[in-house]
Amino acid sequence: MTDDPGRQAPLIRVRGLQNRFGSLVVHEGLDLDIRRGEILGVVGGSGTGKSVLLRSIVGLMRPSAGCIEVFGKDLQNLPEQERSQLERRFGVLFQGGALFTSLNLQENIALPLMEHADLSRKDAEYLARIKLALAGLPGEAALKYPAELSGGMVKRAALARALALDPEVLFLDEPTAGLDPIGAAAFDRLIMTLRDALGLSVFLVTHDLDTLYTSCDRVAVISQRKVLVADRLEVVENTDDEWIRDYFHGPRGRAARKAADVLENR
Amino acid sequence: MSTPGRIDQQGDRLQIVGNWVLAHYRDLRDQVRQSARKGGVGTVSLEGLEDLDTAGAALLVELLGAARVEALASEADYLPRERQALLETVARAMGATRPPDAPPWRPIHDFLAGTGERVEALWHQQRMLMGFIGMTLVTILHLLPRPHRWRLTALVAHLHQTGFNAVPIVALLTFLVGAVVAFLGATVLEEFGATIYTVDLVAYSFLREFGVLLAAILLAGRTASAFTAQIGSMKANEEIDAIRTQGLSPMELLVVPRVMAMMFTLPLLTFIGMMSGIMGGAVVCNLSLDIPFNQFFAILERDIPLQHFLVGMAKAPVFAFLIAVIGCLEGFKVDGSAQSVGEHTTSSVVQSIFIVILMDALAALFFMEMGW
Repeated sequence: MTDDPGRQAPLIRVRGLQNRFGSLVVHEGLDLDIRRGEILGVVGGSGTGKSVLLRSIVGLMRPSAGCIEVFGKDLQNLPEQERSQLERRFGVLFQGGALFTSLNLQENIALPLMEHADLSRKDAEYLARIKLALAGLPGEAALKYPAELSGGMVKRAALARALALDPEVLFLDEPTAGLDPIGAAAFDRLIMTLRDALGLSVFLVTHDLDTLYTSCDRVAVISQRKVLVADRLEVVENTDDEWIRDYFHGPRGRAARKAADVLENR
Repeated sequence: MSTPGRIDQQGDRLQIVGNWVLAHYRDLRDQVRQSARKGGVGTVSLEGLEDLDTAGAALLVELLGAARVEALASEADYLPRERQALLETVARAMGATRPPDAPPWRPIHDFLAGTGERVEALWHQQRMLMGFIGMTLVTILHLLPRPHRWRLTALVAHLHQTGFNAVPIVALLTFLVGAVVAFLGATVLEEFGATIYTVDLVAYSFLREFGVLLAAILLAGRTASAFTAQIGSMKANEEIDAIRTQGLSPMELLVVPRVMAMMFTLPLLTFIGMMSGIMGGAVVCNLSLDIPFNQFFAILERDIPLQHFLVGMAKAPVFAFLIAVIGCLEGFKVDGSAQSVGEHTTSSVVQSIFIVILMDALAALFFMEMGW
């Protein structure tokens, strides 16, 4: 971690974002910063537009209004070529994994390497196997197809694909949803290890309170169509808002905090 | 663009210098291979290292070995902490994993095995189709005396999609084919001065064969594929499993309404096809053979017995049943992948067209022997 991330210019700056679907306004005047080297947890009730925010930032969705600056450039006003260059510095892990079902794992990860880094198939597949190993998958998994994998392995493989081009920012959409607690804890540790080793910044959409307590540097709460608060967990917890109180001080929130304290004191 | 990194070798002392990143992978890999061929690595220094990512770290591990890099990373205090962590993580991951064995290349063996597999698959497929036809019939018979379990909404929806929406395309195509048949007849029969028999030609061919055949082939392309894709993506999404676990029967919920809808629509579309084909013939007769409409229909009424119409119509429900059953069965055979949905959709169209033409040929032989 850097000494004081607050002083640096943010890697991604979202200002005044507005997203609407017909008459349904999802975001209005939403501001958010993602700083270099941090793991930013994004929480909010179901349907508050966490995934929509992620999709707007990575450029899958054009916001109705507002500006999204990525690496100091306004993503929406860039020419196609430059935009594609920038987007290559993103890695995205989709909620369902979104692995290509007709390719095996090493082909899944080799594809962006061959397309963008201009590697031969052999080199790309070699590197792909290394990424799979980094994501904690055994060597023989490389030749398997996504349909043959368990849920946890799909998440790991999808993470390996998100890491294929050595991105600077990693977007994770509910990475631990559907994993057993042991698998989820291992995934949290993996994200932290990779963040430290690869110097990643991580945008983490999650419902998992354990993930928030163990791995996030800052937490942003989306509620009432904007970011209610984005700060260190201690600050967020004590924000005076009904939803936040229910979320962090409900039975599950208390249990997760206790677990995190126990881990820290060990 | 940055410049690629280098390996500086002085005696047995290696210096890793510059940018070791994905962008220079080829260049670096060649250097690593060369250097590895020389062999004999003494001390290694990473002091000149600038940029590093996982690809570069992987090459260093290839050059020096996992254990060596891990040791080096923990000693190299001059590197930033995340560099050390990166080298350690990659070295550890690569030390722990072994590349999978590539399958050996045996062309003759593979060819024979492939042939065998395909023959067996064909046999298996026929057995499965027979079984599925049986299951569908049993389900239909089971449901017939129980009208409260008929899925009328689903049936009507499928009637709309497979039948009503297909009317324009069936009518247009049969009309055009009717015109073409009339032109052909006119050209051939003109030499004998028998152009008047064009009427019989068009009527015979459309009532007995073309009406039902064209409608069936169109529905095989249009509807069998839709059935496969619908049921296939439901299968991929575990919706079929959800239906089963709720104690419902996919046969009753999905297959029977589709099969019944097809069996209602294809005879109707066949009728439309027959009429529209004959109209196509009539228009051509009127315009280029100087046979006016009233004469055309008078000949039709005088020369063509009803039995030809019945022979054509009798085939329609059989074809409809087979097309719908094949479409549904292929849908159930889909497994998780998107590619599999595509493969089975193709397969359902090919199979249903094949079986329609095969059955039509067999029926033609049968009706000829019977003198119908």
